[in-house]
Amino acid sequence: MRPALTALLAILHREALRFLGQRGRFIAALVRPLVWLFVFAAGFRAALGLSIIPPYQTYIPYETYIVPGLCGMILLFNGMQSSLSLVYDREMGSMRLLLTSPLPRWWLLASKLMAGAAISVLQAYAFLAIAALYGIRAPAMGYLTVLPALFLSGLMLGALGLMLSSFIRQLENFAGVMNFVIFPMFFLSSALYPLWKMAEASPLLHDICAANPFTHAVELIRFALYGQLEPMALLWVLLALAIFGTVALWGYDPARGTLTRKG
Amino acid sequence: MKHLILAASVLAGPAFGAEIWVTNEKDDTISVIDVDTLEVTRTIPTGERPRGITFSKDYSKVYICASDSNAVQVMDPVSGEILYDLPSGADPEQFVLHPDDRHLWIANEDDAVTTVVDTVERKVVAQIDVGIEPEGMAVSPDGKIVITTSETTNMAHWIDTSTLQIVANSLVDARPRHAEFTEDNKRLWVSSEIGGTVAVFDTATKAELAKIHFAITGVNDDLIQPVGFEFTPDMKTAFVALGPANHVAVINMDTYEVEDYILVGRRVWHMAFSPDHSKLFTTNGVSGDVTVIDVASREPIKSIKVGRFPWGAAMRP
Repeated sequence: MRPALTALLAILHREALRFLGQRGRFIAALVRPLVWLFVFAAGFRAALGLSIIPPYQTYIPYETYIVPGLCGMILLFNGMQSSLSLVYDREMGSMRLLLTSPLPRWWLLASKLMAGAAISVLQAYAFLAIAALYGIRAPAMGYLTVLPALFLSGLMLGALGLMLSSFIRQLENFAGVMNFVIFPMFFLSSALYPLWKMAEASPLLHDICAANPFTHAVELIRFALYGQLEPMALLWVLLALAIFGTVALWGYDPARGTLTRKG
Repeated sequence: MKHLILAASVLAGPAFGAEIWVTNEKDDTISVIDVDTLEVTRTIPTGERPRGITFSKDYSKVYICASDSNAVQVMDPVSGEILYDLPSGADPEQFVLHPDDRHLWIANEDDAVTTVVDTVERKVVAQIDVGIEPEGMAVSPDGKIVITTSETTNMAHWIDTSTLQIVANSLVDARPRHAEFTEDNKRLWVSSEIGGTVAVFDTATKAELAKIHFAITGVNDDLIQPVGFEFTPDMKTAFVALGPANHVAVINMDTYEVEDYILVGRRVWHMAFSPDHSKLFTTNGVSGDVTVIDVASREPIKSIKVGRFPWGAAMRP
């Protein structure tokens, strides 16, 4: 048990160091959702607020609606960013160092995921704090109940990044990830518009959004922020985590020779 | 001993919580909302197009303006049965119960009169000619003055309740819809729907003291149509419903500055406080719901579905 913990702490420490070393990354991770909140949402103020959907009990301005989606955005970008760092690690050889540790591979990858999710959660809280200062507040208890939802969603999106990183050969390919993963995932979700609004536009669009695991991460966060549990969203997030995690583990399997092929 | 405990528990436990009664103009019903659970507990049928609603002083009777039935209906709030109709003149929209707990002063929108009805004798005592389309009604706390606002003449008429004569007319902005005296009898507030303002008068001099304007970011000015309003008992804060602007304005009653706008349902009309004044219930006509505002934090906490086109609201402790 002890060596496992040591490995987890070491990986966490390394992630924290990397995070602290890249202050630009922290600011960028915060500025992105804040721009959406202050600029995009302000312009769309009147577009929403004509219907009450759970977990909201009354009419809400668009800014309030968009906050959980922007938390999801932070987690999504961070998940991808950590996948980027894994590709980098692999190119630099530190990945090999990590994976040659005598601990089971799944544990090392899980530690990496947990470390990444912890950093993501911190950033999401920083964002929630700024939003609260701006006047967009959730019930006080919500800030506590949202923690597991943020962490779980962070793990799921991190696992997605991990899975992708096992298939990306070079750092340069990361731009492709941006185009083909981050943007479709974000826009085809309930982050910016509720699903009923999507259904008005096109039923197909609605179905795609409903199948997108990112939608469920956002809804899990949204309900948790109001002290409620959305079981469907939880189920989807757990399922996606299991699938992404398994594929990532398989992708990093030395028997498959991914690393040797690279090395 | 058992009996004593039983008696104590009966005395201690409130059999009925406080309620907010909301008239649904299109459904011809009243929705009764429990103040604690914030849920509709009863829906009671009324005459046609119920609008104004008020309780007698001891809350044993509730008066309802059934506009299209051309009557003021008197209901037993416990059973929900209509006891009898009072003569009201044509198309009663709003009314006010005089502090004597006996006389109802009713605005008859179609006839340009204000009708005074004796609720005990059940007959019309007087009819006073006022401006065109009278609507808003207010009575001073001392009962000496009744105000009728006329929507088309754009005036607040000051009626002396002893002589039944108009003693003064105050010009206000277009389409005045609601009037209210402050508890200390020093000020009269009148809202103008089309004018988009609330005027404040000195009751002694009848001079205008202030005019309150509204502006909400992202909401077109012509959608800002102030209608109903309520004062907190400490006379520090007024809440003004802004109609299709879908917001309630919070006004500092000393400086007449707008301090806040609260998002509620669509076309917010009238409102009522909970007995302890910690919650405010607004009727949202178009969205067919009642938004509950937490008075201390000025946050909307819930919107409750009621009937179609909720209009008036009254509290029953």
